[in-house]
Amino acid sequence: MSEYMGYKGRSLEFLKANNVTVGDSVKILTDITCSGIIMPRYEQYSDDQHIVIKLKSGYNIGLEIAKIEKMEKIQTFEDIAQAPDQITKKDGLPKILLLSTGGTIASRVDYRTGAVTPVLTAQELNSSVPELCEIANIDAEVLLSEYSENIMPEDWLEIADKVKEFEKSDYSGIIVAHGTDTMHYTSSFLSFALSGFPIPIVLVGSQRSSDRASSDAALNLIGATRFIAETKTRGVYIAMHQDENDDTIACHLGTRARKNHTSKRGAFQTIGDNPAFIIAEEQIQKNMNKDFFATKDFEPKIKLDTKVALVKYHPGYDPKILEQIIDSGINGIIFEGTGLGHVGRVMYESIKKAREKGIFLGMTSQCIDGRVRMTVYESGRDLLSLGITPLENMIPEVALVKAMWALGNYEKSEEVKEIMLQNIASELTN
Amino acid sequence: MTENTPNDLGIRVGLEVHQQLATNKKLFCDCKPIETEEYSVKFQRKLRAAKSELGEYDPAALFEKSKSKSIVYYGNPESSCLVEQDEEPPHELDADAKKIALVIASTLNSDIFSEIYPMRKTVVDGSNTTGFQRTMLISQGGSFETKENKIGIQSICLEEDAAKNLGDKGPVRRFGLERLGIPLVEIATEPFEVDPKDIKKIALALGRILRSTKKVRRGLGSIRQDVNVSIREGGDAVVEVKGVQQLDQLGKVVEYEAARQHGLLTISKELQARKWAHNEDEDRRDITELFSKCSSKIVQNAIRKKQKIVGVAFKNLAGLFGFSPYEGIRLGREIAELVRFFGIGGVFHSDELPNYGVEQADMDSLKGFMKIKESDAFLILACPEEKMKIIIDQVILRMEYIKNHGIPIDTRLATQEGQTKFLRPRPGAARMYPETDIPPIMVSKDELEESKKNIPKSWDESLKELQTRYGLNLQLAEQVFDSKYSNLFEKILEKSKTSPTFVASIFCSTITNLERSGLDSELLKNKEILKTFEFLEKGKIAKESIEIIFEKIMSGKSGTVEDAMKASSIETIDESDLERIIQEIVDKNEQLIKNQKERAVGPLMGIVMKELRGKVSGETVNSILMKNIQKKI
Repeated sequence: MSEYMGYKGRSLEFLKANNVTVGDSVKILTDITCSGIIMPRYEQYSDDQHIVIKLKSGYNIGLEIAKIEKMEKIQTFEDIAQAPDQITKKDGLPKILLLSTGGTIASRVDYRTGAVTPVLTAQELNSSVPELCEIANIDAEVLLSEYSENIMPEDWLEIADKVKEFEKSDYSGIIVAHGTDTMHYTSSFLSFALSGFPIPIVLVGSQRSSDRASSDAALNLIGATRFIAETKTRGVYIAMHQDENDDTIACHLGTRARKNHTSKRGAFQTIGDNPAFIIAEEQIQKNMNKDFFATKDFEPKIKLDTKVALVKYHPGYDPKILEQIIDSGINGIIFEGTGLGHVGRVMYESIKKAREKGIFLGMTSQCIDGRVRMTVYESGRDLLSLGITPLENMIPEVALVKAMWALGNYEKSEEVKEIMLQNIASELTN
Repeated sequence: MTENTPNDLGIRVGLEVHQQLATNKKLFCDCKPIETEEYSVKFQRKLRAAKSELGEYDPAALFEKSKSKSIVYYGNPESSCLVEQDEEPPHELDADAKKIALVIASTLNSDIFSEIYPMRKTVVDGSNTTGFQRTMLISQGGSFETKENKIGIQSICLEEDAAKNLGDKGPVRRFGLERLGIPLVEIATEPFEVDPKDIKKIALALGRILRSTKKVRRGLGSIRQDVNVSIREGGDAVVEVKGVQQLDQLGKVVEYEAARQHGLLTISKELQARKWAHNEDEDRRDITELFSKCSSKIVQNAIRKKQKIVGVAFKNLAGLFGFSPYEGIRLGREIAELVRFFGIGGVFHSDELPNYGVEQADMDSLKGFMKIKESDAFLILACPEEKMKIIIDQVILRMEYIKNHGIPIDTRLATQEGQTKFLRPRPGAARMYPETDIPPIMVSKDELEESKKNIPKSWDESLKELQTRYGLNLQLAEQVFDSKYSNLFEKILEKSKTSPTFVASIFCSTITNLERSGLDSELLKNKEILKTFEFLEKGKIAKESIEIIFEKIMSGKSGTVEDAMKASSIETIDESDLERIIQEIVDKNEQLIKNQKERAVGPLMGIVMKELRGKVSGETVNSILMKNIQKKI
C-alpha cells in the first residue's frame, strides 16, 4: 500500500498533520471513540472530507474529518512481507506451465476504484488451489495483468511468442489464465498463429473473482489441469464451468466458443455442438472426433494485420458509416449479416466500392449459430456477385481474428480468400 | 441451574438482535421476500476459504473448510433470482431498507456514519451462496432504557439474511434461497452486568422499540437473538451463543454458559497444577490391531468401515476428563463436542470406562501398550485415517488453550434444554472483506434529518395511543402491541365497526389459546384473518364462528376461510333469505309480539338464533328482528 493511497485535498492534509499514513493503527475521538487501521481510500466515489478506518470488528467505515476531535497513532504500519506459500513438487507428475494475463481469475480489491483488479500473481493463483499440486507440477509466470477488454492484438502476439518458446519443452501443456470477456478472441488467434502446436493450450477464466469463497476459478483451474494431465490432446481450448453447478467443467474448442451470458458461471458455450470435452468428477468424456488442427506439423505464423472491421448490419444502417470505414484504410471487413448472410440493398454501392479497393469482404451471420447460405435469396446472390466471401459457419468474432491473421501473413487477396475458407483449427465444422 | 453454581460470577452479557425489515423486496435485488413451498431451481456448489483484505485466513472459515461438505441450493423464481444464486452481481441497495435502518439507528440515538462501506463477512458453512454475508456498519453508540437499566448500543448493521437450512442429507448440506437476501438489522448492545433473570426484559424492550417503527417483519424467524457471555474471572474471553429460540430460554442459557466458563477456569488451573503437556511422538498410538477383539460395537463398526482406532495418553490427568466442577460440565464433554463437530461419533475417555463394551481387559492391554500409569488419563478415538491427525491436533490445541488461556473463544449453539454446545471458533476481523461489487453508500444530511423526523413513538406512548384510540385496557393494549398482529389489528379497525376489544381478544386470547393447544398460527395468513373480519362485518358469519374457522385453518385441515366454513358447515346466508326467515318467525309469533311489544325481541331472538346459529351474527338478527317487530306493533 502506498503511504496515502487515494487520499487527497483536506483528508490528505489531515493525515499528514497527524503524522499518520495508511496502515497505521489509530484511536479516534469523535462523538464516540473508535480504534482501527487507516485504510486506503477509493479514488472514485469519494470526497476529501472523510477518512476510512477498519475497525477491530473488521468493518470499514468512513469518518467525517470535521467531526474528529482527536486522532492518536497507536502503532505504525509495518509491512510484513509474507513468505509466499511453498508448493511442494511431486515426482512423476506431469509438468504444466501456467501463464497469467490477468482477468477476474487473478483479481482482488483495488483501492483506486474500489472494484476488483487483476493483481494476483500466477504463483498466488497456483497456491490458492492446493489440489493442483496433486495433479501436476505447475510452474507459474505472469505475462500481463490486464482485464480482457484491455487485451490488444499486440498482446495476442506476445502470448503466442511466449507459448512458442515451449514448443520443445517437457511441459505436458500450457494454461493461460485470461479475462473472460475476450477470451475467445485470444484463443482464436492462438489457434491460427500456433497451428499444429504439439501440446494442449488451455485458456481459463473465472466469472467470480478468486478473492471470494464461491469463486469458480479453482474448479476451472483444476479442470484445465486434469484435462492436460489426463488427455494430452493438442489444440487450443477454453475450460470453464459447464453450468451453475460446481461439478463439471466444459472444455470448448478455442475457435468454436463464445461468452453467451454476462455473469453466469456457465457463460461459455460451444456454438452448435457439445463441448469438445466434459470434465466430470469421475471421468473425462471426449466429444470431439477430429484433430483440432488440420496440420500435423507445427507451423507458427505469429503475425497479424489489425486493419479489419466487424460490421453488424441492422435495419437503418447508414451506408455512410461503412464508407467511412472503407476510407479509413481498412484491409478487411467481416459482415455480421442477417439470417443466412444478408445486408440490405442500401449497402450495395458501398460494398462495390470496397471490393474495387481490394478489401477482403467476408460474410458471417448474426444468428451466431448456423451456416451462411447466400444462394437461397436474391440478396444473397447479389452480394455474392459483389464479391463477398461466405464464411460458412464461422463465428463472427473468430472470422474477425482469422481475417486479421490471414491478412498479416498472406499478401495476395486470392490467398487470403483461400485461407479464410480453409479449415485451420476447427473453426469450420460440419 | 444447580445449587452449586456460584451466585456472583460477575456475568456480563451482550445481546445481538437480528430483526428482518418489512420491505417489499430483498436488500440487493428485486425478489419478493416471501416463503416458498415449491422449488424449481436446484444447483450444487462447493465453497473455499479465501484470504481477507489484510491477507489472512479467518479461523472460522478454515474450520468449516476442514469439514468440506457439498452444498445443494433450492430456489423458486418468485423469491430468488441470479443474485441469490451468485450468478449475477448484486443490484443497488434497497432504498426502503436503508431508510428503515436509519430510523432504527436514530431511534436508538446511535451515531450514523456518513459513509457506509458494504462488506463481505465470510460465512463458508453454505448458508450464503457467495460464501459471505453482505453487511454494512450503519452506526455506533447509542442506548435505550428499561425500567431498571440503561443499556448501551455498540453497533447497528444492515445486512442480508442467510439461506434457509433444509437439513443435511448424507454428505450434502441443503439450503433454500427464499430467505437469502432479506434485509435485516443487527443490533449489538454493549456488554452489561445483569442478573440472568432480567435479560428477557431487556431483549423484550429492544424488540418493542424495533416493532414500534412498524417497519419490521413479524412472525416465525423474523427476529433472532444471539447472546455474548463472559464472566469477571474470564478476562477478555467472550463466548457467542447463537440460536436462542425463545426469550424465556435466555436467562437459563446465560446461566449455563457462565457456569461452564467458570468450570473451565477451574479445569484450566488443574491442568496447570498437574503440569500436563502433550508429546506427539509418545502420546499417540494406532491401536486398531490391539482393539481388533474389543467387544464395543462402536469400535467394531469403525473397524468394519476400515477406520483407525487411536489411543491418546494424557500424563497426570487421571480423573480430569470426568471431573465435573458444575453439573453437566466436564472436560470429557467439551472434547466429545469438538470431535462430534468433525463428524466423529466415537470417542471414549478413561474416566467413563469400562463401559460401552470396552472392558477392563481392553483398558489394561492399552495401558500396557502405551505405558499409561494409574495417574494418567487417555482417550480412545475411532475415525478415518486421513482425518485422524487433524482431529487429534484440534483436541490437543483446545486442551492447551484451556490450560494456558482458560476459556476458548467459541461460537456456541443454544440447545433445546437451555445449554450450549460447540458450533465453531469465533470469527475474527479477518473475516471481513470490502464488497467490491457495490460502491460506498453515502448518507446525506437530508436523509439523517428525515430519519430523525421518523423516530416512532415510544412504547409507553404507543400503549397510551392504543388505549385512547380503541378503548383497550392497559393489559390488552400491551398484548396487542407485543403480538405479531399489531399492524393487522389497526388495519382491521380502519374499516370495521367491530368492537376493538373483541378484535384484540381474538388475537390475544382466541389465537393464543389455539396455539397453546398445539395448533400452528403460521398457517393462518393475514389475508384470511382480514377476510374473516370482513365476513363478520357483512354478517356472513357470527362472532362465535371465528374460533371454529381459525381452529380449522390452524390445524391445517382447511386452507382458507371459505374451506373452513364449508368443513364446519358454517353456511353463509344472504340478506333476503335472512329477512324471509325472520319474517316467517315474526308472522308465526304475532300473538307474542302483541302481548310483549318490544320485549318480544328476547324470546324471538332465541328462536331465530336456534335456527341460524353460526350463519349470522346476533347483532344482525337483532336489528332485523326489531325492524319486523316494530312493523307489527
